[in-house]
Amino acid sequence: MPLVPIPKPTFVQKLKRFFMIDLLKGLGLTLKYNLGALVDKDAVAGKGIYTEQYPKVRPDVAPRFHGAPRLNMDPETHDTLCIACNLCAIACPEDCIDVIPMDVEIIVAGKPRKKKVIDEFIFDTSRCMFCALCQEACPTSCLELTQDFELATYSRAGFVWNREMLEQGRETVKYTS
Amino acid sequence: MHQVEIATTQETLLDSPEMVLNMGPQHPSTHGVLRVVLKLDGETVIDLDCDIGYLHRGMEKIAENRMYTMIAPYWDRLDYIAAVSNGLVWVETVEQMMGLPVPPRAHYLRTILTELNRIASHLLWLATHALDIGAVTVLLWALREREEILKIFERQFGARLTCHAWRVGGMPNDAYDDFNKDVRQFVNNFPKRLEEYETVLSENRIWLSRTVGIGVISGEDAIAIGLSGPALRGSGVAWDVRKSRPYAAYADMDFDIPLGENGDTYDRYLVRLEEMRQSRRIIDQALEKLPDGPVNAKLPKIVKPPAGDYYHSIEGPKGEIGCYLVSDGTAQPWRVRVRPPSFINLQALKQMCVGHLVADVVAIIGTLDIVLGEIDR
Repeated sequence: MPLVPIPKPTFVQKLKRFFMIDLLKGLGLTLKYNLGALVDKDAVAGKGIYTEQYPKVRPDVAPRFHGAPRLNMDPETHDTLCIACNLCAIACPEDCIDVIPMDVEIIVAGKPRKKKVIDEFIFDTSRCMFCALCQEACPTSCLELTQDFELATYSRAGFVWNREMLEQGRETVKYTS
Repeated sequence: MHQVEIATTQETLLDSPEMVLNMGPQHPSTHGVLRVVLKLDGETVIDLDCDIGYLHRGMEKIAENRMYTMIAPYWDRLDYIAAVSNGLVWVETVEQMMGLPVPPRAHYLRTILTELNRIASHLLWLATHALDIGAVTVLLWALREREEILKIFERQFGARLTCHAWRVGGMPNDAYDDFNKDVRQFVNNFPKRLEEYETVLSENRIWLSRTVGIGVISGEDAIAIGLSGPALRGSGVAWDVRKSRPYAAYADMDFDIPLGENGDTYDRYLVRLEEMRQSRRIIDQALEKLPDGPVNAKLPKIVKPPAGDYYHSIEGPKGEIGCYLVSDGTAQPWRVRVRPPSFINLQALKQMCVGHLVADVVAIIGTLDIVLGEIDR
């Protein structure tokens, strides 16, 4: 029950419709693509197969990608770069970061002083939405969201990363060919 | 639960019993979790009512308990197909309320990337709309082009779908090294791809018989309901926020607003295809004119707009998406109200569907281009 008048087809349109020109044009294009996929060629982009062959071929992830979190360490001394300033936890909209500091006694110019250092770092990746606000808040470029994108685990507890996992990275099986 | 309101008595031709049919919320063609209760006479729709709220997350309430900079990622999750456009509403509202001057390069990059997002959103609409009606080939082709855009997003923002694209005062990063090359390549290839979609669909007799004269709404009715975006322009009403209240760098761009005539599903299809061409034109111009310079304004340590209220809206891919923001001068907003285009466009469903067949309801839901994340918020 069309509510607007459909225009009457002209003679040429009727003729085209009788010989199924509209359908044949579409079918011709799909046939071209089927043949293009066989030889992996396409007139516009140069390749005919677009399917990513993951996990056999691992994708090239962009350098800015927001993936698994990591706590960076000083490359020479292997000390953590984290200064327990808590800025990442404040910046997080989902409140999924817990920074637990501890006080250590150090001697500065012969006098004992207390210094706040990082004790434990809890990062709940199940609640994280990878907005990278924590990464931008970090003053020492310690907390970073890396290119690692395989975050699945077998349990909910596995989504909560502690300091060791954040510093060493998590072992995942890389299935290739 | 929402009490479904449908007509109880109806004179029917053959005095056959009327039937109430639940469509959704798990129906694949309702584009998410939309439940439509249909009242049928045979296969003809007499009355219908929508039941929404299955995806309600209380985003507006969450926003009252977050700092201004933290709210932007939640906006991505309203209309997740057009996360870049959605993020822009929020940051521009806060910027304009604070009177922050944003550098011109940031404005141009915002224009390019939101237009890319518009193309991506329209491509996904074309893919799913054609799939609902029965043309599976277009789905694969449209997603192929969308992939190119998502790759640009991944390189630029670090995420493909919910990008968290903008920060208050500018952008998180400048354009990446090959940005111009990638966008230029997409812009050059895209017209040929559009021609391919048109070859398969525009003259196809099945497509025509499923879309011409289906879901008609007149311009007056569309304005009365408050439709916006392609759903409104398909009925021949020239209303586009990019032209009427230019934001970002749209005032410097030269583009046309495509208009439909009949206000049916086919016209809205033509309008969206032409909009993709115009978006491509805007990207082309913005790339040519892209100025150098910083991409970030100088920000105070804590973003605190002055007390008062402000409304700002932009032209999202689905229509006018707006933000009404009330600030009490503290670091957290007092009230955030979203004007979601999909929610208001959905109100036209009953008027469009009554008198059509059940299969046309699927086509009409597709042509309204709704996203349930935005309707339920």
